[in-house]
Amino acid sequence: MSTPLLRAEHLSRQVGDKMIIDQISFAVHTGDLVAVIGPSGAGKSSLLRLINRLDEPTGGTVYLQGQDYRELAPRDLRRQVGMMMQAAHLFPGTVAENLRFGPRQQQRELTDDEVATLLAQVGLPGFADREITHLSGGEAQRVSLARTLANRPAVLLLDEPTSALDERAAQGIEALLQRILQEEKLTALMITHDTEQAARLANRALLLKAGQLVRAGTVTEVIHANATLS
Amino acid sequence: MLTQLFPDPITLRAAQAVAAALVALIVAFVARRQQIHLERETVIALGRGIIQIVIVGFVLRFVLGLHGQGQWWLSGVLLLAMLGAGATIAARRTQQIPGIYLVTIPAIVLGAGVMIGLMALIGVLDTAPTSLIPVGSMVIANAMNTMALALDRFRAEVATHTGQIEAGLALGAAPNVMLAPYVQATIQAALIPSVNNLRSLGIVWIPGLMAGMVLAGSNPLEAAIYQFVVIAMLFGAAGITALLCTLMVRSHVFSAAEQLILPREEM
Repeated sequence: MSTPLLRAEHLSRQVGDKMIIDQISFAVHTGDLVAVIGPSGAGKSSLLRLINRLDEPTGGTVYLQGQDYRELAPRDLRRQVGMMMQAAHLFPGTVAENLRFGPRQQQRELTDDEVATLLAQVGLPGFADREITHLSGGEAQRVSLARTLANRPAVLLLDEPTSALDERAAQGIEALLQRILQEEKLTALMITHDTEQAARLANRALLLKAGQLVRAGTVTEVIHANATLS
Repeated sequence: MLTQLFPDPITLRAAQAVAAALVALIVAFVARRQQIHLERETVIALGRGIIQIVIVGFVLRFVLGLHGQGQWWLSGVLLLAMLGAGATIAARRTQQIPGIYLVTIPAIVLGAGVMIGLMALIGVLDTAPTSLIPVGSMVIANAMNTMALALDRFRAEVATHTGQIEAGLALGAAPNVMLAPYVQATIQAALIPSVNNLRSLGIVWIPGLMAGMVLAGSNPLEAAIYQFVVIAMLFGAAGITALLCTLMVRSHVFSAAEQLILPREEM
């Protein structure tokens, strides 16, 4: 079998006496859409933060295309492993300025056409000059997704991208993700507390409980295991 | 009234101190009636204040009692001790920032210490202990307050904007790029009191140094110009200290792997 695009090996994070993430190992291959499910406080967001190296593992590591990610410069790693957070956290200014932010850190300036293409991709054509203060919650999340995609990441980490939205906006973002992930053949890990959403979007899943990986497999297997365990 | 009751100057000053402290205590107890609890802090601050200033009085009496200009080094030792105390007090409110003393000590030494040294060297500041110690202590105290304001504001800015800072890091931005807007806001906010002091000089307030010189019989014009010199020094030292401490503290809130390490809730 080919080298996994991303592989976590005994990944752990301990804070004080508490094991936030406890010896988690799994592999993600190119094109996989992996749902990360589990109850609140299971460590799902902490796992994604470790993969993006926003937090430091206290044990184990992650391999990106076979290379230990501690050997990569953190900025290079984060450009390859893009992360869309639960809240949009847009920067003050216009939508276009937000989209240009990531590439600009690599001395790459997005053209107006590239900005327009990204915005069309997330269903916001003509929004380039819109101030971020004038966006709805759903629109802000779409801009956040476009901003992450502007870096052309190899892996996309999605931390409950629909949880802060109303039902209609959440459905819109889910449909958008489904389309973009399939069209772009992106590899992604997505946290969701909604097993039905996991079943609709993902082909594989990880089930976390109390910082431990209790099941990994196809999304159907893991959802079944989750129902049995709870 | 007090002057008639207490003819001895030291006893008179003690009585005046008690009267002033009583006023402060009355304020604390009035606040208590409004459910604002200041009494403990007020009593401790008053107690500490009187003990510290009396000790300084004794030390100054000793230093000033040593005649001759050869005692400038003793003034230097005193000012160094004040710089150390200033660095400690400014660091106290932001101890959750790792290695904060590595920020406050060099910032106040390079900001206030170098300013005092330079001004003494070129003759702006008289090196006699009677001048160097009080003016130096004003410069150090102002730099300390500015630094405390800067560090507190910086910590608050970072805590408030953690989401945006981490969103930027997650997009591959350098930590200093993400901190730039907050560094600017921090320095501007920390310097507001110093800028206001300069702006309102002579209009809203006549500072203690000038008032003291006039009371001691100096020419008011001379006293006014010297007061401007001191206020300008205060501003310069505060500006350098705020700038240095804010620039230096940036690296203390990130790990070597460019992770924000200010305490936050996990999971």
